Amino acid sequence: MAEFQVRTMADCMAVGETPEVLFWVGCAGSFDDRAKKITKAIAKILHKANVSFAILGSEESCTGDPAKRAGNEFLFQMMAMQNIEVMNAYEVKKIVTGCPHCFNTLKNEYPALGGNFEVVHHTQLIQDLIADGKLSIEGGEFKGKKITFHDPCYLGRGNGEYEAPRTLIQKLDAELVEMKRCKTNGLCCGAGGAQMFKEAEAGNKEVNIERTEDALAIQPHVIATGCPFCNTMMTDGVKHFEQEHVIAVKDIAELIAEAAEL
Amino acid sequence: MIQQILFIILLGVGGYLALKRFQFVRRNILLGREVKIEGDSSQRWGTMVRVALGQGKMFTRPIAAVFHLFLYAGFVIINIEVLEIILDGVLGQHRLFHGLGGFYNFLIASFEILAFLVVVGCVVFLWRRNVAKLARFHWREMTKWPKTDANIILITEIALMSAFLKMNAAEGILAARGVEHYVNMGTLPISQFVAPFLESYSTAALIAIERFCWWFHIIGIVAFIVYLSYSKHLHILLAFPNTYYSKLRPAGALDNMSNVTNEVKLMMDPSAQVTEDPMAPKKFGAKDVEDLSWVQLMNAYSCTECGRCTSNCPANQTGKLLSPRKIMMDTRDRMEEVGKCIDAGVAYDNKSLLGDYITFEELWACTSCNACTEACPININPLEIIIDLRRYLMMEESQSPESITTMLTNIENNGAPWAFSQADRGNWTQE
Repeated sequence: MAEFQVRTMADCMAVGETPEVLFWVGCAGSFDDRAKKITKAIAKILHKANVSFAILGSEESCTGDPAKRAGNEFLFQMMAMQNIEVMNAYEVKKIVTGCPHCFNTLKNEYPALGGNFEVVHHTQLIQDLIADGKLSIEGGEFKGKKITFHDPCYLGRGNGEYEAPRTLIQKLDAELVEMKRCKTNGLCCGAGGAQMFKEAEAGNKEVNIERTEDALAIQPHVIATGCPFCNTMMTDGVKHFEQEHVIAVKDIAELIAEAAEL
Repeated sequence: MIQQILFIILLGVGGYLALKRFQFVRRNILLGREVKIEGDSSQRWGTMVRVALGQGKMFTRPIAAVFHLFLYAGFVIINIEVLEIILDGVLGQHRLFHGLGGFYNFLIASFEILAFLVVVGCVVFLWRRNVAKLARFHWREMTKWPKTDANIILITEIALMSAFLKMNAAEGILAARGVEHYVNMGTLPISQFVAPFLESYSTAALIAIERFCWWFHIIGIVAFIVYLSYSKHLHILLAFPNTYYSKLRPAGALDNMSNVTNEVKLMMDPSAQVTEDPMAPKKFGAKDVEDLSWVQLMNAYSCTECGRCTSNCPANQTGKLLSPRKIMMDTRDRMEEVGKCIDAGVAYDNKSLLGDYITFEELWACTSCNACTEACPININPLEIIIDLRRYLMMEESQSPESITTMLTNIENNGAPWAFSQADRGNWTQE
């Protein structure tokens, strides 16, 4: 990130500043090469819109979501309490994250353990930034392109947010096309509930292949995602059908950043 | 007089059998542990009105929803007719509400239309199950009994409605012939088409037909109420409390186990002040039905095995063993088994829900995507049962797929599910 310096909460504290928003990067966003591109796109958008933000950097750790869904409540609560201690020490008020699993856990499962923050998904924050006139986007390279949105379970069904990502696609002057299963009826990519970290149980198909077929049926130029894990699963699915030269799999944040030439 | 006595005996015996069974079901549900019921009651009433009373979630599948609405409306409204039958039977009257005059005729006409729609609905449903063989009615868990159960219900409903229509037709003819105490109910919308088949019968035969249909109808209804408690059809009653007590928080939220919270707090700070939660379960997670909450157990008795959860489940659709409907059916079957053992005074701990009914492979196929909870027309939650069983496997038996164990070790040691150093989390800012 040569364009600007992303600061940590510790950096800010050292100079006596309290950023308005904590950008919770998440494990995939920190370590997965593909997801890091999404992370950078989000950071660029926040920077462009002059959002006062910082990350936790080496003080961030897993929210505990995969441990909780796998049934290890001990490990989940240990992670949660450590994270809450760190965030409360920095007096964090608002969190934005690019991962719907982190989003769900921080928003719904942290308050009872003492972590009360306003938590938003990056698509929600970007929508707000546009509405407040802090960010403007035009179609750019996506004007007129067919884009479909794959609903992440933990953003859509899990937390009822279906519109923010779709509004952003429409802001790109793109043609929003829906897969036959979408919104409340959207099909999972196959990664949730800690499935990302294990082989699938015996069956006759991988879930991401089933989902990619839904997307291929409507022949979009772009499959837009809002979750780093969905992104991996859909990218693999598109590669499975050797369609990677025809169909791009991109996070909404990447679409916005690319359209704005950030 | 003899008819009145027989009728009261019928009600008494039917009522006794139904009451015993309902007590059994209630006791089984209360085997579950207590839970805090969060949220305000007006929100809960709202959910019940929208989802159960208003059938709000049925309409994602409009064909089934419309025919189901026929049965639902028929069932609810024809109860007014049942009230009249019961009063007639007990008091030895005939068509007690006839005094309402034109309004009575309107009511009977409405019941006839509803009865006809119920018959149409049942025929369509029988066709969908047995001729069209819709996939979701023929999944692995839909063995002989669940299939038979559904057919018994549908055929019984057709028989009950047919008796009602035939009874009205006979009544109409008898009234037209001026036979004493049979009443003229005007031109009836459906039974007028049944009447021509009965015209040639003698008055005595018609009286016998009318009486037979009347008795058949009420005996059928009493038997049906008793049968309900043995059947998946219990949903007609339990859908209401089930939606009332359904989750108000976002579907993605899982509860934080209070018995774990205290241990973790003490682990992080031995001098921490912790308060014991009186409702905290003794075990970590669920092994058997008593470890689940009573709401989860009520969920199981409320399930009518429609299979929308299973047909929307990503794991099931891609050929995995998991079926959310089977999770609910297994929970109910195990509850029945435990209940019977308790009544017989025999031990039941030689088996458990986890392992004997629901297997490791099923539990580990779940992606926790909430497709099942979204699809359920009465807000049943198979996902939280799956998570509770996984919790037991993980925390009490240390059983999990090997790669999951590795993932958890990574989280514990370096704060990420992969083996990367926590110190490198911010490296992307320099790349």
